[in-house]
Amino acid sequence: MLRRNLMLAAAFGAALFAGAAQAADPVSIVYIPKNTGNPYFDSIIKGFEDGCKKLGCEFTTVAPASAEATSQIPFVTAQIQRGVNVVAISPNSPDALNQVFDRARSKGTIILSVNSDMPGNETHRDAAILPVDFTKTGPSQVELLGKQIGYEGEIAILSATTDAPDQNVWIAAMKDSLEKDPKYAKMKLVTIAYGDDDPQKSTTETEALLANYPNLKGIISPTTVGVAAAAQVVETAKKADQVKVVGLGTPNQMRRFIENGTVEAFQLWSPYNQGLLAAHFAVGVKDGKIKNEAGTTFEVEGLGTVTVGENSVIKTQADLTTFDKANIGEFNF
Amino acid sequence: MNSIDKPTPSTTTPTIVVREAAAPRPRWQVLLIRPETVTLVLLVVATIVASRLSPFFADLGFILESSTYYIEFAIVALVLTLVIISGEIDLSPAAQMALSACLFGTAFKAGLPMPVAIGVSLLAGLVMGAFNGFLVTVLRLPSIIVTIGTLILFRGLAQVLAGDKSIGGFPSWFVGIDYRMVGIVPVPVVVFVAASVLLGLFLGITIYGRQIYQIGTSEIAAIHAGIRVRRIKMGLFIASGLVSSIAGLMVASRLGSVRYDLASGAELTMVLIVMLGGTYIFGGRGSILGTFLAAWLLVIIATGMTVANIAINAQLTVMGLLLIVSIIMTNAIYARSQR
Amino acid sequence: MSAIARLLRAREAGILVMLVLFVAVVSLIQPRFFSAETLRIVLLAVPLILVAAMGQMMVLVARHVDLSIGSILGFSAIAAGMIFRDYPELPLYVGFAVGVLSGAALGFVNGLVVTIFKLPSIIVTLGTLSLYRGLLFILSGSKQIDPNDIPEPLIRMAQTSPIDIPWIVIIAYAVAFATWLFLTYTQVGRQIYAIGSNPSAAPLRGIRVMPVTILVFTLSGALAGLAGLIYAARFGYVNPGITGVGFEFTVIAAVVIGGVSINGGVGSVLGTVLGVLLLGSVQVALPILGVSGFWQNAIYGGIILIALVIDRTVRQGGLRGLLARGGA
Repeated sequence: MLRRNLMLAAAFGAALFAGAAQAADPVSIVYIPKNTGNPYFDSIIKGFEDGCKKLGCEFTTVAPASAEATSQIPFVTAQIQRGVNVVAISPNSPDALNQVFDRARSKGTIILSVNSDMPGNETHRDAAILPVDFTKTGPSQVELLGKQIGYEGEIAILSATTDAPDQNVWIAAMKDSLEKDPKYAKMKLVTIAYGDDDPQKSTTETEALLANYPNLKGIISPTTVGVAAAAQVVETAKKADQVKVVGLGTPNQMRRFIENGTVEAFQLWSPYNQGLLAAHFAVGVKDGKIKNEAGTTFEVEGLGTVTVGENSVIKTQADLTTFDKANIGEFNF
Repeated sequence: MNSIDKPTPSTTTPTIVVREAAAPRPRWQVLLIRPETVTLVLLVVATIVASRLSPFFADLGFILESSTYYIEFAIVALVLTLVIISGEIDLSPAAQMALSACLFGTAFKAGLPMPVAIGVSLLAGLVMGAFNGFLVTVLRLPSIIVTIGTLILFRGLAQVLAGDKSIGGFPSWFVGIDYRMVGIVPVPVVVFVAASVLLGLFLGITIYGRQIYQIGTSEIAAIHAGIRVRRIKMGLFIASGLVSSIAGLMVASRLGSVRYDLASGAELTMVLIVMLGGTYIFGGRGSILGTFLAAWLLVIIATGMTVANIAINAQLTVMGLLLIVSIIMTNAIYARSQR
Repeated sequence: MSAIARLLRAREAGILVMLVLFVAVVSLIQPRFFSAETLRIVLLAVPLILVAAMGQMMVLVARHVDLSIGSILGFSAIAAGMIFRDYPELPLYVGFAVGVLSGAALGFVNGLVVTIFKLPSIIVTLGTLSLYRGLLFILSGSKQIDPNDIPEPLIRMAQTSPIDIPWIVIIAYAVAFATWLFLTYTQVGRQIYAIGSNPSAAPLRGIRVMPVTILVFTLSGALAGLAGLIYAARFGYVNPGITGVGFEFTVIAAVVIGGVSINGGVGSVLGTVLGVLLLGSVQVALPILGVSGFWQNAIYGGIILIALVIDRTVRQGGLRGLLARGGA
C-alpha cells in the first residue's frame, strides 16, 4: 500500500516534471550528496533550493543510502537519461566516477563537484565549488586551539580515515604551521588518531588518546563526526577543563557542548552558501553569462563578488567562521 | 523454459476421467505454476510500471547501460544458484570481490605486470573459495554462519590491505569494460548471457548438474547413491570464489579504480536475485533460467526507481520486502507441487 | 587430554582464560592498558553490545540467527529520539517505552515470518535488515536527531548515577541478570534450550515451538531497541544512515566468542557476558596499542571463525575426533 502510494506520488511528480520541461525549459539542476540523512548536506540542499527559487531553475536532489565509492554512479546515469542540465555532486570517490562523468559531459551535462574536489582527476569535472580556502583550514584550527591552551602543551589530532584527502591536506598544513611558526613552538603534536568518521570508533580513539597521553592539553578534530565524539568523551570523562576540543563541526551538532561549556569554540563554513553559489554558477554557465575559466567574476546576492580560480575551483568564503557562545544562537544547520 | 510458449492442452481436451484416489495435477499446472513463471510475470509487470513511472525509462540503450551496475552481481548469482541448489549458501562473494580486487590493485601498484596482477586476483578467488569449502566440507561447519564469518574477514582484510585509498591508474585497455559494446550490448551483459547459457546447460544436461540437485534434495541419499558430495560442494565453493574474483575485476575495469568498500552490502542483492528466481532456499530445486530472469527483474526495478527519482529509503524498503515475499511465494509453490 | 578437554568443555572457564591472557599480553606490550582508566573505558563500551547480545544469544540458542538487530537498534533510537525531539515535555520513560516497544514489534514481525512460513531466519532477517533500515529512513524523513534534542538526563545516564557507576552499565548487567533468571528458572526459558537442541523433538515433549520462537525474536528486538537508547545516551545523537549499521556483526562475534553454539541448544549468560567483555577489551585495546582501526573487522571475522572451529572441535571430542569423522 505504502509502496503503491509512493509510486503514484512519484508518477505524479514525473508527469509534472515532463510538463514543465516542455513549457519553459528552465535550467535543471540535480544535487547528489554523499549519502542520505546527513544533516551537513541538508544545508547545501537548502542553499540550492533558495538559489533556484530566486533564479527560476529547477532543482531536485537524490542520494544513495551509503557513502560507498560506487553508490552514486547509477544516480548519475539516471540523471543523464533524464536530460538534466547540471549534475552537482559531492563525490564519494576521487576517481571511481571518472568514466560516468566523462559520459555525462559528452552529452552536454555540466558536472560540478561540490564541497570537495577530485584531487588528480580535475579534468573529469567542469568546476569545483569548495566551502572555503582549504589552505587556511589547518592554520586556523591550530590558532583556535593555541589561543585556548596558552600556546603550550601536548596536542593530538582526531581525523576521519587515514586516506581522507581533504583532512590530510589540512593536517599537513597544521604540521607545517606548528613547525614553522615560532608562536607555536611550545605546542607539541603527539599523535594523529583516525576515527573513520564512525561515532563508535571516534569515541574509542578519543578515549585511547586520553589514556595514552595523560598530559594532553587539546584535541583538534577536523571532521564533524570526530569533533562531536571527542566532545562527548571529554564531557563524560569530566576533563573539559584539562583537555580543550576544537575542530570542524556543525552548530546543531555542537550546540549542546558550547552551551554546557565542554567546548569553547569550533569552526566551519557555510554549507548553505555553497549550495547558493553553486546554483548561481550553474545557471550562469548554462545560460552563457558566466565563463567557466580562471579569473571570471560574478555576483551572488548575499555573497558579493565571486572569482573563479585556477583549475575552475571556486571558494565560497575566504576564512572559516568561528562559532562560540556569543554567536551560536544565530545559526541553525 | 517451455512453460511459456506451450499453450494449455488440457483446456482444449478436457480430461474426462473418473476421479481416482489422487488425481495427478493437470499437465498445464505442472508446467505453468512454477516460480520462474512468477518471475517472468513480475518482470513484465515491473517493465510496464517502470515505463509508466518515468517517461525516461523505456530506452533499451539506457537500460542496458544501467544493467552493467548490477550485472556483476548477477553473474555471481548464477554460481550462487548452484550453491543454494546443493543445499548450502555463500554469503561472502561480495567481500571476496572486494578482497580480490584490492589484491589486484595492490599487485598492480607494486609494479607487477597486468597479467600477473590479474592472475593474483583469480588465484585469491580460488583460495578464498577453497577456504570456505574447507570449513564447510572438511570441518563440517554450517555454511550459513561460516560465510558470515568469512564475509567479515575478507572485507576486513581488504580494508587492512588497501586502507581507505582508491587504487587506480590501470592501463586504458583494461578500463571501461562496460563501454565496450558488442552491437548495442555492453560486454558485461554478453558475459552474463553466455555464462547463463553455459551454466544452464551444465545444470540441465550434465551428470554433475543432476548430482547437484540430488545433493540438495537429500544429501544422505546422494551419498548412498555414490555421489561424491564433498568434492562437488568443494568445487561449487571454489567456483563461487573464482567467479567473485572475475566479477571484482569487472568492477575494477568499470570504475578504473578499486577500494575496500567495493560491492559492500551486495550479498543482499545476490541472494535476492537467486531467491527472486525461484530457487528453493532449502536446496534441491531451482534453475538458471529463474536466476537469469530475476537478474533482469532486479535491473528493471532498481533502474526504474532510480530514473523516476524515487528516494533511496523507498528502494531499501522495496528490496527487503521483495526478498521476503519472493521466498514465501517460492515456498508456497513448492509446497503445492509436492502434494 | 581429559583435563584439557574438561577445561575446554567448561566454556566459561575457557573464555575467562582467554580474557585474562588477552589482558595480560596487551598489558605487557603496553603497560598503560592495565589501569583503572582502561577498565572504565571498557565498562562504558560494553553495555551497548551486552544488551543486544543477550537477545542474540537466546535467538542462537533457539537455533536461529537475527541479522536485523542493527537496523532495529537504529529504528528504535530514531523513534525514541523523535519522541524526545517533538514532545520534550513527556517524561523520559515514554521515550524508553517507545524504543523498547518498537524494537519488540519489529522483532515480533521477524519471528512471525520465520515461524508461519517456516523460513530460515538468516534470509528473513537479511531481508528485514534492509527493510527496517528503509522504514527508519522513511520514519525519520532522513533527518538526524541532533544532540540538542537528546534530553540531558538521558545523556547523564551514560556518565553517572547515584552510586557513581553510569546507569547504562547498571542497566546492562541488570538485563544480563534478568536473562539468566529467565533462562534458568522459567519453563519457557528452558524450552528455548529444548527447541534449539532438537527442534523436531520439541513438539513431542509438549513444547509449543511457534509461540516460544516468536517470543525469542520479540525479546531480541526489544533488547536491540533498548540498546538503541543506550546508543543515544552514549553518543548523544542518532543518525539514520549511521546508527546501528554493521552492529549485528559485532554482536554475533561477541556471542559466538561467548561459547554460544550456532547449532542451537548451547549457550550461557555468563559465557556471553565474558565474550562481550573480551570483544570490548579488543575494541579498546586496538587504539591503545596504536593498531589501525582498519584491523577491527578482520579481527572480528577471524574471531568468529576461530570460535566456530573451537566449538566444532570440542563437540567432536578434540581435534583427533574431528579429523577422524571428517575423513569419512
